[in-house]
Amino acid sequence: MIASQILAIARNTFREAVRDRVLYNLVAFAVIMIATALLFGEISIGIQKTILINIGLSSISIFGLLIAIFLGIGLVYKEMDKRSLYPLLSKPIRRWQFVVGKFLGLNLTLLVNTVLMSLGLWAALYYLTRSFQPEDVHIWTAIYFILLQLCLVTAVCLFFSCFTTPILAAIFTFLIYVVGSFAADVRDFGRLTENSALESLMSLIYYLLPNFSDFSVAGAVSHGRAVGGYLIVLNTAYALSYSSLLLIAAVWIFSRRDLK
Amino acid sequence: MTRLQHPLQLLGMVLLLLAAWGASALVQVRVDRELAPERETPETLWITSGTTVRALSLGHQALLADIYWTRAVQYYGSRLRDRKTDFSLLAPLLDITVTLDPQLVVAYYWGSMFLSEKIPRGAGEPQKGIELLRRGIAANPDQWRLWHHLGFLYYWELQDYEQAAKAYQEGARNPDARDWMRVMAAAITEKGGNRETSLFLWSQIYQSTEDPTVRANAARHIDGLTAEGDIAELERLAQQFREQTGRSPASIAELVSQGLLAGIPADPAGFPYRLQPDGTVGLDTASTVELDYDRAPAPPAPAAR
Amino acid sequence: MSAIEMSGLSKDYTVGFWRKRPWRALDGLSLRVEHGEVFGFLGHNGAGKTTTLKILTGLTFPTAGSATIQGLPIGTPEALRNVGYLPENPYFYDYLTPDELLDYFSRFFPMSAAQRRERREIVLEQAGLIEFRKTALRKFSKGMLQRIGVAQAVLHNPEILLLDEPMSGLDPVGRREVRNLILQLKAAGKTVFFSTHILSDAEALCDRVAILHRGKLVGVGQIAELLKRQSGFEAVIESCPAALLPRLQALASGTVTASGGHHRLEIAEEKVAEFLGYCTGNGVRLLSLNPLRFSLEDYFVELLRASELASERAAIGSKTS
Repeated sequence: MIASQILAIARNTFREAVRDRVLYNLVAFAVIMIATALLFGEISIGIQKTILINIGLSSISIFGLLIAIFLGIGLVYKEMDKRSLYPLLSKPIRRWQFVVGKFLGLNLTLLVNTVLMSLGLWAALYYLTRSFQPEDVHIWTAIYFILLQLCLVTAVCLFFSCFTTPILAAIFTFLIYVVGSFAADVRDFGRLTENSALESLMSLIYYLLPNFSDFSVAGAVSHGRAVGGYLIVLNTAYALSYSSLLLIAAVWIFSRRDLK
Repeated sequence: MTRLQHPLQLLGMVLLLLAAWGASALVQVRVDRELAPERETPETLWITSGTTVRALSLGHQALLADIYWTRAVQYYGSRLRDRKTDFSLLAPLLDITVTLDPQLVVAYYWGSMFLSEKIPRGAGEPQKGIELLRRGIAANPDQWRLWHHLGFLYYWELQDYEQAAKAYQEGARNPDARDWMRVMAAAITEKGGNRETSLFLWSQIYQSTEDPTVRANAARHIDGLTAEGDIAELERLAQQFREQTGRSPASIAELVSQGLLAGIPADPAGFPYRLQPDGTVGLDTASTVELDYDRAPAPPAPAAR
Repeated sequence: MSAIEMSGLSKDYTVGFWRKRPWRALDGLSLRVEHGEVFGFLGHNGAGKTTTLKILTGLTFPTAGSATIQGLPIGTPEALRNVGYLPENPYFYDYLTPDELLDYFSRFFPMSAAQRRERREIVLEQAGLIEFRKTALRKFSKGMLQRIGVAQAVLHNPEILLLDEPMSGLDPVGRREVRNLILQLKAAGKTVFFSTHILSDAEALCDRVAILHRGKLVGVGQIAELLKRQSGFEAVIESCPAALLPRLQALASGTVTASGGHHRLEIAEEKVAEFLGYCTGNGVRLLSLNPLRFSLEDYFVELLRASELASERAAIGSKTS
């Protein structure tokens, strides 16, 4: 019963996202971007395919991020503000089921979107090269990592959505994404500095905030190189564990909230 | 949204919009033409540190590398086109490119070439080219072609045949390397700067890319070398003429009538060779072929091995 | 075991931006609603009715006190399994149709697919929305939203209905429909606990009512009882000499009004005998004596006034002591 209730919420969240027309614009935009990549390669020497893959992956990543934030910030807040939560939470479910259902629903939406955009990339790639190389399969690894990143971003967004307004949630999520992308530099900066207090602080920040920098493998993949299996496993584990952390925090906050 | 009364109204609206946009575009073209002489493209690099750009890239460093590479190529191309001799931004742009994506091998290949070719064909900084290639080799030890480019740089720009041969030898150790790498190592060791070697290497460059800029450059060198070969051969024939007739030939045509040549040969640009008054052979004044006189083949290095 | 049992429920909020003041929305509410009752929960806007319902459904957490539904503690899924809730001014996902919304909500209950379909048909029929079942909810008027709200509340055939202002926003036809629905539910043995500030509705439907004022319970009981307690008589007498008026005034509950040669006054039931005696003894001519039907509204106003008075006295008392 519990699982089917969560799935019902997830399905409805997906349905809501799909009927929100914002989504279509972003997806179309991404596909157009990938088409322009084909033009872009003409003006540079010898790396058309590399450029195509780089633009494609970067577009999918950026637009995925935008969609995740756009939808994520309203996830909980919109329901609280519009009070559509009242009839829902008066049903025999627990609050954590609602949070988890929303999380799954948004991830499902992002999965579908990413797949759509990826198809655009593959179509462009085929148009360019007319045949697929065995090393092209690694592009899927890069796309999978993008999905893991989006999963993390969704969790961050959902977390903030439980207690702040959409605008603040968007800002916080974006800032955390930016800092998280620097994560490696934060860690290195800490190591380089002589000051041990500063180093501890940097370490703390490094382990506390989500680390997005290890998910970027476009550089390897666009040159046809494989990504180590160990990295795939580790990144998956990281995304799952950190998302769980945020979900647990979100549930904790949301379970204590009086609904206005 | 109000419904337009008539489909004609809609058509009229669309035409109006198109006309307005067309007018503004035309004005823009005119403005550009008027202002072009005044507009200098001041090339500035706001951030010169590769590591900074990398940090700012938020995980998109591979794409940024491509963008910087494209910028480098366009910078080089525009300098060439405008016949400017200041290539000061080239090295920083390339540095940022390879910091962002150390595996972007084309940047090392052609970047080093742009850096090392003599002004006005390049930045005239072969040492920077060498540094770039060594960086590339460190980051991409399996790319044997980098050794080829390095060797070629030493050979062509610096005439450092020892280093050149060493580079070709290093590169030849890679099991994927072509056989000619080994051949080059030997040829350079033995003969030093040699027209055949140069021709071969420039042809390799020509065949290894589809890019028109690089190909044009390579073709130019190939033509020059071919012409030099032709000139040397013609001078040899002229010498033969002297030996046979006891006097210098007055023109190439005389060589033909002497039976030494089948017909008047043309240079790779299609212009006939001319016999100079001092007995040497030269190009037609209208010829577009360029000779690299300062690259005249050096005498073979003393066999050091 | 009562259907709903509340014991000392209190809810405090902090209001204000800079200096936070505590505000008591609900103060020690203790109430029992028995099975099969139609119970009206009355009070002004802001009295705490919605807060109470939100606490019962687990949307808000009480600061103090406890409550059970069918013996089960509130805020648990078990307690809510048999509860249908209609919020005030309901909003449902406007991108869904009634079909989709009801299907979605029905998945939260242990019903089979066939049961879900069946109940959906029944409640759509009952709510008169069959015709609009595939129209997106964003196109619904307020009255229609109210109807779908009732539909989703009864979807799973719950034993207990908690309705917050079910009649709000409805036109007279709609209100009659909801009234009939509530009567149907009563006939089926369900318990209906609904809040309203429309007293005529409460009068018509409820077995018992409770009156909430500023978060406090100020009156509870059967309607008949409450009204009876407050009933009295209206007397019309021929104009009498001014000297007699003070005594008449003292006997009357309320003021004595004069119009066109008559005096009108209201007499409480227990004072009637004395009044009649006085009139007879002083030659005051009684023109008519009719029992007053005290309406719930009157009771309501009276009660509120009394409550106001009490709290004023309490405030003054606390200031001077």
